[in-house]
Amino acid sequence: MVGKNCFAIASDRRFGVQLQTIATDFQRIFKIHDKVFLGLSGLATDAQTLYQRLVFRHKLFQLREERDMKPETFASLVSAILYEKRFGPYFCQPVIAGLGDDNKPFICTMDSIGAKELAKDFVVAGTASESLYGACESMYKPDMEPDELFETISQALQASVDRDCLSGWGGHVYVV
Amino acid sequence: MGDSQYSFSLTTFSPSGKLVQIEHALQAVGSGHTSLGIKAANGVVIATEKKLPSILVDETSVQKIQLLTPNIGVVYSGIGPDSRVLVRKSRKSAQQYYRLYKEQIPVTQLVRETAAVMQEFTQSGGVRPFGVSLLIAGFDDSGPQLFQVDPSGSYFSWKASAMGRNVSNAKTFLEKRYTEDMELDDAVHTAILTLKEGFEGQISGKNIEIGIIGTDRSFRGANSS
Repeated sequence: MVGKNCFAIASDRRFGVQLQTIATDFQRIFKIHDKVFLGLSGLATDAQTLYQRLVFRHKLFQLREERDMKPETFASLVSAILYEKRFGPYFCQPVIAGLGDDNKPFICTMDSIGAKELAKDFVVAGTASESLYGACESMYKPDMEPDELFETISQALQASVDRDCLSGWGGHVYVV
Repeated sequence: MGDSQYSFSLTTFSPSGKLVQIEHALQAVGSGHTSLGIKAANGVVIATEKKLPSILVDETSVQKIQLLTPNIGVVYSGIGPDSRVLVRKSRKSAQQYYRLYKEQIPVTQLVRETAAVMQEFTQSGGVRPFGVSLLIAGFDDSGPQLFQVDPSGSYFSWKASAMGRNVSNAKTFLEKRYTEDMELDDAVHTAILTLKEGFEGQISGKNIEIGIIGTDRSFRGANSS
């Protein structure tokens, strides 16, 4: 979710196989560098592999170019890596959020084969995505300050996670 | 050939630690047409002399300054056909970068890629080094940039540089004329003057070529008048 010179990214903490809950402390939001975060919903094993590959590519980029990737650039990299596996995709739907030059927020999501979907307000992914759309649409206001953004995204997450039997068990919220 | 027993294989070091074929390649560059580049405060200019073998050659068909990406241009001194191979490879790696990141390749990265190709041709079997030096001029997020890449694969960033015939004269001239706060217009003027120094005969828009890139970040050829 985008605020004024800031963004927030949130997820639940449940790790389950169908209706069986396996763990309730699962981490699916990752930090790429100080200003870019990545959320990966979907098959946990693919999410972890994908994360490892992206960190690897980003570290090589940092060494080669002596700078961090812009969020737009990172999104293109994720998209390219996903499309490499066009006919046997990673079962993941990534959410990318970051701050670009002069702290302009950027958010985007894509499907499992890397088709980007850009938005200027909020993006959602995962099993609770339908209820998240509703919750975010009714609670979102443009140009929120970090504190208000935190409250809004947390309320939206809680409201929609309660409507979805496959999500829940607490949440993670990051405001940058 | 026949200078020494080490000149037949380019991958064999001579006892003094030199690769003789690279020396020869530099020789080819040194006897090629003069090219030069100047980095100004708000852009870069590269220029070269375009001397044709005969007056019957249609001068409009000769293009020595080429585009690698919309914001990076290149000029060579040395063997023309060798430069085309490098230009093709550089353009390809620039496009590969763009395809992956949806962002134009930074000048330093493109220079590194190009230099890597040139290095590869000093160590591989069955090939010879490129008989060209390149001046790569571009403008990106880190400002105006000018690089020279040599046949050995080494590259340097310059404020102003020259290569080809009469290098030493041109470089001394540039050293005298260069100032840090030079604007692009002055740089173009200086570039033409420097070319004039070692030029045999009258200089005109037809026998020199100039490429400039300014803050608009689009590289273009300039007709000198």
